Amino acid sequence: MMGPNDPKPSIKIENGKVTEMDQKPAKDFDLIDLYIAKYGIKLENAEKVMAMDSTKIANMLCDPNVGRDDIIALTTAMTPAKAEEVISKLNFAEMIMATQKMRPRRTPATQCHVTNIRDNPVQIAADAADAALRGFPEQETTTAVARYAPLNAISLLVGAQTGRPGVISQCSVEEAAELNLGMRGFTGYAETISVYGTDKVFTDGDDTPWSKGFLASCYASRGLKMRFTSGSGSEVMMGYTEGKSMLYLESRCIFITKASGVQGLQNGGVSCIGIPGSVPGGIRSVLGENLLCMMLDLECASANDQAFSHSDMRRTERLLGQFIAGTDYISSGYSSTPNYDNTFAGSNTDGLDYDDYYVMERDLAINGGIHPVTEDAIIKVRNKAAKALQAVFEDLGLPKITDEEVEAATYANTSKDMPDRNMVEDMKAAQDLMDRGITAVDVVKALYNHGFKDVAQAVLDLQKQKVCGDFLQTSAIFDENWNVISAVNDANDYRGPGTGYRLEEDTDEWERIKNIPFAIDPQHMQL
Amino acid sequence: MAQEINEDLLRNIIRDVIAETQQVDKPISFSESTATATAEVPHETKPGAEAERPVDWFKHVGVAKQGYSRDEVVIAVAPAFAEVLDHNLTGISHKEILRQVIAGIEEEGLKARVIKVYRTSDVSFCGSEGDHLSGSGIAIAIQSKGTTIIHQKDQEPLSNLELFPQAPVLDGDTYRAIGKNAAQYAKGMSPSPVPTVNDQMARVQYQALSALMHIKETKQVVVGKPAEEIEVNFN
Repeated sequence: MMGPNDPKPSIKIENGKVTEMDQKPAKDFDLIDLYIAKYGIKLENAEKVMAMDSTKIANMLCDPNVGRDDIIALTTAMTPAKAEEVISKLNFAEMIMATQKMRPRRTPATQCHVTNIRDNPVQIAADAADAALRGFPEQETTTAVARYAPLNAISLLVGAQTGRPGVISQCSVEEAAELNLGMRGFTGYAETISVYGTDKVFTDGDDTPWSKGFLASCYASRGLKMRFTSGSGSEVMMGYTEGKSMLYLESRCIFITKASGVQGLQNGGVSCIGIPGSVPGGIRSVLGENLLCMMLDLECASANDQAFSHSDMRRTERLLGQFIAGTDYISSGYSSTPNYDNTFAGSNTDGLDYDDYYVMERDLAINGGIHPVTEDAIIKVRNKAAKALQAVFEDLGLPKITDEEVEAATYANTSKDMPDRNMVEDMKAAQDLMDRGITAVDVVKALYNHGFKDVAQAVLDLQKQKVCGDFLQTSAIFDENWNVISAVNDANDYRGPGTGYRLEEDTDEWERIKNIPFAIDPQHMQL
Repeated sequence: MAQEINEDLLRNIIRDVIAETQQVDKPISFSESTATATAEVPHETKPGAEAERPVDWFKHVGVAKQGYSRDEVVIAVAPAFAEVLDHNLTGISHKEILRQVIAGIEEEGLKARVIKVYRTSDVSFCGSEGDHLSGSGIAIAIQSKGTTIIHQKDQEPLSNLELFPQAPVLDGDTYRAIGKNAAQYAKGMSPSPVPTVNDQMARVQYQALSALMHIKETKQVVVGKPAEEIEVNFN
């Protein structure tokens, strides 16, 4: 935070145009400055807000008596350096208080990863259904081998809709390929559209803020939800920091997101978490960058999605701020499988942590976004998803999924439990499927033809939602009846005790969280 | 035999032509002080860049040429490779990495051609520069920290045939298998991908070190400088 080379906050506006921002005159603006100055700051209030004491604004952030809307009016009229200065005034506990109030959606949630290192499609479908039943409203997959992408996307789609209609899924791959999968209807949203805090990192990847903005509008034009991704440490990892602090560079990323008109951002170290994690105060700064994102009225998927430490205590420490405060997605990638199969190179929490995580929710009476399930229900839904995918593969002329594979996927812990598939044949079929112009409509037909009418309906409903586009609103997820839950109809109204989201008032979810399967009823104890 | 001589002759001619055009062409510079700066410094080196230490087994033999033989796989190494850094994240020497990859290619009966990329330290863009120079259209790119990719000419720069993003899990055998698979792609075959090894704790252990190595590599980037042909000698 507040690196020695970071600029001091300043703004000068002449004739409705920014002529100086953060000590830099307009003629010296780089691409990012130019973009933010033009689109990222509400200028009407800017001079007034910039003149305010940063400590006072920080105080308002964690004061429950000051409403979220009043703060948004100030924070969206700041420059990146001013926002950094405000964040740097808060200690960790104050950041938790502020986050509780500033997250856009009233009801917290979390997101999961569904992957395996053999890209086994049957296992992806079963694991997706499993994760959907536990309550993840968003699911993300990627590939071990890039050419598998279409199969992974379809497997995740079918599995997730089998588990619970209304879950949305994404497949994180090369940007053009990812957009293509979305346009075909295989995915419901996208997240891995990365933005960076220095020009050099942008241009090194053949990008500019404008090209990312263009990509964002491509998604919007097809009714696909999307958010950007950034995170402390990425500029360090890519070798171009310009000597600025991680929080200042991240602040620029958040302003680029706002300037692009994108509804949300995944941030908080993300895959570069090892860098902020290795410097003093780094994890505090990471919660600070999540908070900064919410301060700009953006959906925040708050990372906790990458292996961070060998120490179980430090893993919990990493999770703590976002978990206690509650964010739109506490984790933007809880590994639903054991980390062995996580092709995002491991997450902070994985499938083997479920029981501990449930108990943390239960002990603290916090909605961490997921809830316990019974073994029966899980086995049933895993089996159904594997069978549904078997039907889709058969109907679309993809390499056969055997009954043996369906059985294995039903009970599999990791891909070690799965029979080997012919990966070369799968990849050829994946390419062929793209060449044939297969879309989600063909998946719907395949499911319908084989008697999976409810799953077919769910996949179709997802496509319909893209036509009406209500889920493009900030922080949107669906319930099982495809009702949108977003910052518009479920706006965070926290104003201190007795207000905002209360788990005990969300009685169904509280019952599910309380009902951990391994609790022992004292009446049945042998004394 | 005659064909080879002709090819050598042709290569020499092309090399001479390229060398000449180099003298005539002014590199495009985006910095404002073009007029003064470009005369003495043809390519913009970064502050903090180190001078390359000549290594006897890794010899520069001029600007990398367009390859035309369909039985070659280009290995594009990143700017700090061998001459600024000399081993990957886990301590495997760059010489050993290249020896294994080349052996893998040769086991399939193909030729390996090594080039050093200067324009970028990004593994995908190194791969993309390599495959455009490769006669087969297939290239392997290797960063100094060990991260490796197999890339084909008609792919988007950030896509790949196979990507090995976790350098710490790569050992000699994996590098050899990568060479072998790349050669099979060059022959028009569809090999099974080199099995993915996943170590979820690799990031935890190596991310900071990885950043330091990559920062060092990125300082060696020279804007606009074409890749150079490298002659390797393991004897």
